[in-house]
Amino acid sequence: MRALTLTLKTQTQQRVDCSPLTPDNLAGQSLAEIAAIELQCGNQKLCADTLFDISGDDANDLVIRNSSAKLDYIGHGMKSGSITVHGDAGSYLGFQMKKGQITLHGNADAYTASGMAGGTLHVHGSVGDFLASAIPGDRKGMKGGLVIVTGNAGDRVGDQMRRGIVLIEGNAGTYCASRMLAGTIGVMGTVGDYVGFGMRRGTLLLFSTPALHSTIQDCGNHTLPFINLMFKSFRNMPSKFAGINKNRVQRYAGDLANDGKAEILIFT
Amino acid sequence: MIINGVTIDDTFAEAFGMRGTRVIITAQNHKWANTAAAAMTGFATSVIACGVEAGIERELDPSETPDGRPGVSILMFAMGSAVLMKQLETRMGQCILTCPTTAAFSGIDAGYPEITRIALCKNLRFFGDGFQISKQFGGKRYWRVPVMDGEFLAEETTGMVRAVGGGNFLILAESQPQALAACEAAIEAMKKMPNVIMPFPGGVVRSGSKVGSKYKSLIASTNDAFCPTLKGITKTGLSPEIESVMEIVIDGLSADDINQAMRAGIAAACELGPTKGIKRISAGNYGGKLGPYHFKLREIMA
Repeated sequence: MRALTLTLKTQTQQRVDCSPLTPDNLAGQSLAEIAAIELQCGNQKLCADTLFDISGDDANDLVIRNSSAKLDYIGHGMKSGSITVHGDAGSYLGFQMKKGQITLHGNADAYTASGMAGGTLHVHGSVGDFLASAIPGDRKGMKGGLVIVTGNAGDRVGDQMRRGIVLIEGNAGTYCASRMLAGTIGVMGTVGDYVGFGMRRGTLLLFSTPALHSTIQDCGNHTLPFINLMFKSFRNMPSKFAGINKNRVQRYAGDLANDGKAEILIFT
Repeated sequence: MIINGVTIDDTFAEAFGMRGTRVIITAQNHKWANTAAAAMTGFATSVIACGVEAGIERELDPSETPDGRPGVSILMFAMGSAVLMKQLETRMGQCILTCPTTAAFSGIDAGYPEITRIALCKNLRFFGDGFQISKQFGGKRYWRVPVMDGEFLAEETTGMVRAVGGGNFLILAESQPQALAACEAAIEAMKKMPNVIMPFPGGVVRSGSKVGSKYKSLIASTNDAFCPTLKGITKTGLSPEIESVMEIVIDGLSADDINQAMRAGIAAACELGPTKGIKRISAGNYGGKLGPYHFKLREIMA
């Protein structure tokens, strides 16, 4: 069995909806059947083989090579297997993903991990705005699973995020953890203005004190027992967060304008 | 059968199906983990009046506990799941939640054919009055309840399994101090065994009972056949030289765990031998009709 490999051979003018290309969807299909899958590209439908060179047979181990930022919805609702992407990805990477693993060696655009409910999404690069956030009209963002970003993330990380863990090894933009409902976000670098705006519940882990607005209040320095447990669960993750061994934090709680049960923990 | 001069009776211990659970308690140090565990397993010698039988299984090193602190593992047994759940909840609330620096975790997650998840902090969390925080790591849900010493951390549920309770053996000796010394030696050996507890005070019970009583309101009464002071006036099970009998009761997560513990305990008691006053090992049963598990002494020691 060799990895089912899709190599992008043309650079399209329009964006391509790659949502049919998931391991569980391609399982059991012949190369000819996969080649005939229609992908929405702008206002036209293109067969998969007009966009990709297709080789290999193990759909459970899907590889996309030469990928570009025009490829949206990679891993949409995937329920099993793994997708490895070499190159950039477009928006909605891992959209409503349920299980399995996506590894991206490149940068992704907006709404990465939006509506994600389980599995692991590892971005070796940076992502655009609205990481793990809800799309307009949805009431909840990411609902479970693990996202690791080795680079930076844009604005509104975890907007209305409901559950799961997002670890950003670089910086995050403005409105980080805005309207967050629950879950855990860690940012090793800096965050922009209005961090935790309207944050309702959930935990934001930071390593330097940002400017905080007045409805997020200082609760003092603490040694919290759950942090040991959390970092222990991070130990085997392929992330810089695996090596952290701290449990002393300054705890800020808020946003008091929106219930105020969330916390921003700053490691001291 | 005679081991080191000690007679092993051709009889069996009769045991019952129970429900069992394990809870891991951690704290700042072993002193406080043990304090919490002692409170939680206090007044839990017999299901007859305590609801549960509970005990400390062993101390845990920081490397063995979920949060990397010193800990203690507790086993708790009851005749039914409803009683076990109720007792676990009240004991968690009154003994663990209240004890400084403690945290509680599930002690049974895998390795048994049938595991039922029962509430550990699932209902206790409401003590947090809305300030409680749920966190999920590694597929498990934990609750952080703000308390005056900081934060009480506990797992939402622990595992309950079908277990066995009431394994036992009797040590018959020439004097009370000698019987107790043999019990202490047996308990010392049995404490090293996993998955079992000896729920009575110090692991030893001196008031073994028989079913029924001359008084209508009592379901159990003193086991007169093994009372040394009644040798001359009842149908006694004791020979003239026996002056004291003590019993060790064992609850375990499986019949095999009890087998192993009984073997270790009887062997340790026999090691003292007749020169130290140990004459006979026997066991308590109800004729074999009440309990589905029969631990035959001679098979165990074979």
